[in-house]
Amino acid sequence: MKSLRDMPIKRKVTLVILLICWVIVFLACAAMGTYQIVQVRLVLERDTTVLADVVANNTQAALSFHNENDAKETLHALEAVPYVDAACLYSSDGSLFADYSRWQAKASFPDKPPGDGYHFEPRHMVVVRPVMLNNKRIGSILLRTDLREISDRLKLLGVVTGLVLLGSGGLAKVLASRLQQSISQPIVTLTEAVRVMTERKDYTVHLPEPSRDETGSLTVAFNQLLTEIHQLNSQLEQRVRERTRQLEEANKELEAFSYSVSHDLRAPLRHIQGYVELLSAATNGHLSAEAREDLQVISDASNGMGHLIDDLLAFSRTGRTELRTETVHLDGLVQESIRGLEHATRGRNIVWKISPLPAVLGDRGTLRQVFANLVGNAVKYSGPRDPAVIEVGCAGEEDGGALLFVRDNGVGFNMKYLPKLFGVFQRLHKASEFEGTGIGLAIVQRIIHRHGGRVRAEGALNQGATFYFTLKQAAPEPASKEQERQL
Amino acid sequence: MSDLKHILFVDDSPRDTKLALKAFQEYSLANRIVSLEDGEEALDYLYRRERFADRDNEMPSFILLDLKMPKVDGLEVLRIVKSDPALKVIPVVIMTSSREEQDLVSSYQLGVNAFVVKPVNFKEFVDAVKMVGGFWGVLNEPPPGGLGASAQSMTS
Repeated sequence: MKSLRDMPIKRKVTLVILLICWVIVFLACAAMGTYQIVQVRLVLERDTTVLADVVANNTQAALSFHNENDAKETLHALEAVPYVDAACLYSSDGSLFADYSRWQAKASFPDKPPGDGYHFEPRHMVVVRPVMLNNKRIGSILLRTDLREISDRLKLLGVVTGLVLLGSGGLAKVLASRLQQSISQPIVTLTEAVRVMTERKDYTVHLPEPSRDETGSLTVAFNQLLTEIHQLNSQLEQRVRERTRQLEEANKELEAFSYSVSHDLRAPLRHIQGYVELLSAATNGHLSAEAREDLQVISDASNGMGHLIDDLLAFSRTGRTELRTETVHLDGLVQESIRGLEHATRGRNIVWKISPLPAVLGDRGTLRQVFANLVGNAVKYSGPRDPAVIEVGCAGEEDGGALLFVRDNGVGFNMKYLPKLFGVFQRLHKASEFEGTGIGLAIVQRIIHRHGGRVRAEGALNQGATFYFTLKQAAPEPASKEQERQL
Repeated sequence: MSDLKHILFVDDSPRDTKLALKAFQEYSLANRIVSLEDGEEALDYLYRRERFADRDNEMPSFILLDLKMPKVDGLEVLRIVKSDPALKVIPVVIMTSSREEQDLVSSYQLGVNAFVVKPVNFKEFVDAVKMVGGFWGVLNEPPPGGLGASAQSMTS
């Protein structure tokens, strides 16, 4: 049976009322029935005893004169009493003297008279009384009454009780379903309102206040709560709009700033470079070795600053450009990034271990950047190894996404510098050892974060490094025609 | 090579202009180079107005245009050139320090023929200028003279 707890409140109330009603009616009927049965038995016992005594008196003569016919006749008079269905007379020596049976079939009597008094047999009550003459017992009379009347009454009572139960049940149900409305209807309405509110996020609903009882005050409180939420919501929306506007402004400023960085800072750098070139060309051969070196420093420094500006711009662009999410097959991206590194890998002995990669959901362009940076780093920092081993693969699932990794057997890094690894312009190696500005991993981290994933690194000095990152997996696609052809 | 048409070079930075001219010189580009300092001058030149009112009626083989310039900027010049049926046949190459996507997008929407980011490195810069000059000034076949002539009749 469905547990009472999970039942809708309407049915609960109806059920409770019905149960109470039935229990009361049943108890009342049972009490009445018991009383009636007891009453009928008492009356029957008294009447039968009196009747037995009367019959005993009438059979004194017949018994004392051994007149069996008289005795039979007297017993036959019992025909007028409908509830007596058999009787018999015992003589003083205990032998059966005369008998009477209402029905054709001869009733069976005990051979010897049982003790005086009454006892019940199934469907019968048997009363035994002495037949006295001058204070001397001359025999016993036995009357057997039919209890069918009582059982008939009981049956009738059962039927009546059943009918009353049914009737009262129906009546109680009608009444209950009317009455319970005043209790459950406000609660049902309230529940419905809460459901609507949470489903549609609509806090403008207002409930009519039905009564002044508990549900009424609950509704009032609920309405107040709704009003408050509505107010808070609109305040919040207002604030969000304001902040969004401020953010948009700040973003525009930032864009204007990076635009001017891009344009205005690069121009003077180009000029420094260019004019150093012009100068060295003009003074060709006339400058001391030291002066030529100094000019080279100026040129290199401006060159380096140019790279820094480019990287900074690239980094700020990864934060601003919109991501276009689509299904991206990483296998292809990895191959593209390896091809893009051709000039760095030429002449190197590199063992590539590329496992099959899953398709993910993300922005193709920025994800290509991720692989270009990570694989590029792997190529760069495994420079001293022969052979260099670079692995790209999927290490299973994490946070409900695919956990991908790029591993190399290069110079690695000390784990105590891990917090610096993904910082902007943070480098763990001298510029003379490995080129770079220290922006690559910062860009990787930003792109992965913008995809809702996480990045982490593991490594040890001179024992290689592994970079892990998570990306949302794309739903498996039905095999395309091209794939089928390949199969 | 004497029939090579001139190149119109528009850049507000005299330093960049000097570097570019040096680059052209190093490449020994035979085309004559007309160097102007802003968009307004460029338009005056193309429409033969103001101080260019009595220049000869030859149209440049291509226009090398900076984006960020005072008065009339490069995008505006590009827009006017590409919306004038007489002028739009002249190839326009934007050469700028900016690699902002918005500039790229607007330039291509306005119908630019090429977009080159000025490299910071001088050697790369020289290479870029050489390549652009070599392609658009020498290798590329300019539109037939008839088109240029019609432009003159419309502008004069």
